[in-house]
Amino acid sequence: MSESQLSSLNSQAILSVSGRGLPVRGNDIDTDRIMPARFLVSVSFEGLERHVFEDDRVADPAHPFNDPRYAGASILIVNANFGCGSSREHAPQGIARAGFRAVIGESFSEIFQGNAAVIGLPCFVADREAVNQLQTLVERTPEITITADIGSGAVTAGSLRLEASVPRALRDAFVSGQWNPTAMLLDRFEEVKAVASRLPYIRGF
Amino acid sequence: MADTLFHKVWNAHAVRRLASGQTQLFVGLHLIHEVTTPQAFDMLRQHGWRVAFPGRTFATLDHIVPTTPQKRPFLDLMAEEMTASLERNCRDAGIPLWMLDADNQGIVHVIGPELGLTQPGMTIACGDSHTSTHGALGAIAFGIGTSQVRDVLASQCLALDPLKVRRIEVNGRLNPGVYAKDVILTIIRRLGVQGGVGFAYEYGGSTLDAMTIDERLTICNMSIEGGARVGYVNPDETTFAYLRGRPFAPAGDAFERAVQWWRQIASDPDARYDDRVTFDAASIEPTVTWGINPGQSVGVNEPIAGDPADEAFAFMGFTPGRRVTGTKIDVAFIGSCTNGRLSDLEEAARLVRGHRVAKHVTALVVPGSQAISRAAEARGLDQVFRQAGFEWRGAGCSMCLGMNPDRLEGRQVCASSSNRNFKGRQGSPTGRTLLMSPAMVAAAAIAGEVVDVRTVLDAVPA
Repeated sequence: MSESQLSSLNSQAILSVSGRGLPVRGNDIDTDRIMPARFLVSVSFEGLERHVFEDDRVADPAHPFNDPRYAGASILIVNANFGCGSSREHAPQGIARAGFRAVIGESFSEIFQGNAAVIGLPCFVADREAVNQLQTLVERTPEITITADIGSGAVTAGSLRLEASVPRALRDAFVSGQWNPTAMLLDRFEEVKAVASRLPYIRGF
Repeated sequence: MADTLFHKVWNAHAVRRLASGQTQLFVGLHLIHEVTTPQAFDMLRQHGWRVAFPGRTFATLDHIVPTTPQKRPFLDLMAEEMTASLERNCRDAGIPLWMLDADNQGIVHVIGPELGLTQPGMTIACGDSHTSTHGALGAIAFGIGTSQVRDVLASQCLALDPLKVRRIEVNGRLNPGVYAKDVILTIIRRLGVQGGVGFAYEYGGSTLDAMTIDERLTICNMSIEGGARVGYVNPDETTFAYLRGRPFAPAGDAFERAVQWWRQIASDPDARYDDRVTFDAASIEPTVTWGINPGQSVGVNEPIAGDPADEAFAFMGFTPGRRVTGTKIDVAFIGSCTNGRLSDLEEAARLVRGHRVAKHVTALVVPGSQAISRAAEARGLDQVFRQAGFEWRGAGCSMCLGMNPDRLEGRQVCASSSNRNFKGRQGSPTGRTLLMSPAMVAAAAIAGEVVDVRTVLDAVPA
């Protein structure tokens, strides 16, 4: 692979995210709710931003995604086990395409967190009380600016300061601009072939 | 040094440590389907990348396929476009593809084991969270997203962090009417839907040792419902006997050499685990979900407990203290990668034979693969189901997630042998799912309401 091809693959470093928040309360919010399966019947991710939480929004007119006070928000604030269930990348794709640049929550499903990372959407983890404080603050003052620093994990909003973190490997990937791993995986491809050639089931036993 | 299967397989497939600190892991088998791949192939083309190991990727069509006879082009134009896209991408890359006109088509997690593609000691990836299923044969199998499908196509590798390993031991004999589905629902109920995050689940103990591969597939399938991306059972004689003679399994002397390696790759008896949990098989009841995640389950005769403010109560129409037994159902669904295999259909048919589906119930059986469909028909199971008033459908994912025309309507209640009771999961935003074993679904279809399968099993010939 040429140098220019490689450099075009390097993603941009993501050091911090700043913007207004949108709190979605509730534990175990699954990816079927974030992006119902009927919107996966497509060959592209385009337009998914229109369908984030679509069924929940219809069922509940007071859903935060319906609330004009949060228009233009870029930081989603959630509770525990967000993004559990299906591995559909359509869920973080929809969130990112709707303008969100980070998610702050108590915890995330592993697959969701990984899918979000490779498209440049960091998921910050903070404890329950801290997340609740931030959600409450944003509910009261939706216009407040939140800043989340990837390296230190510090999240600030007005006078509120929270300790949060991004898992170490993902944090390093964001900070070094290597959150999209394909180029790294293709680099030194001869080592990949060497591992393959040692595996008994590839050698034919 | 004594080690777990997880670590042995991980180490055998680790290419190098990446600058990010993650491990570059070689993927021995990549399975793909129509839903999570079109965008991945597009990204490949944008960068001018080729599929690195086309011989290690296999494709089928499962999520969006209609299960009633339907010729191409499909009536759903987007489903047709996804299908055509998969055909074109597989043809261009030289990837084998099993379409509806192929004998081997079926749900990706059903055909992998069935064809012998899934083998002990492999790393497996697929753009579907139920990829954990393949661990039943002693593989380490990861559900991945579309960008990771791109990575595997381009490099046959994933960038991952290692997992901790939790040994889940189930010992003793299951009572009649209690199935693998009840075991995994009970495990998730106790450990929680988030309990497995960061862990691979290693299932073992005398109950697992005595299980068939079909039963182990059901258990490993739902690992992800407990938050564990990976679940597996160590390969043993049952595994080897299952694989012998399958189309993609090694043959002749190679099979014997393979067995030697498969024995070595299993966890050592004195391996250390990050956590251990044990369950008593005899205490497990026929289990059914009442809520909106797979951890919200109860024994079929047990009162539902929980915070009345939990949105699950309002959504499902239950109240704390009520039992699920007696809940009227509208739809009965037997199928999915969890419970759409031949033994599932056989057990359900045993309960259905000579009975009629309740008048108000729509009941369908969707075999997990065309091979299962043929085997069931050879045994006359299709006739048993049809005579009882079930619809006998073609193979696919169907009403597990409602990406094809098989969907709940309005607030219908579905007794389902599938894996997820999430809000809207079965295609209607207000539809309600009660997860249970296929035998329990069969019994519910006939009674028209949820019943304890043990009350009807006594009257059934073995």
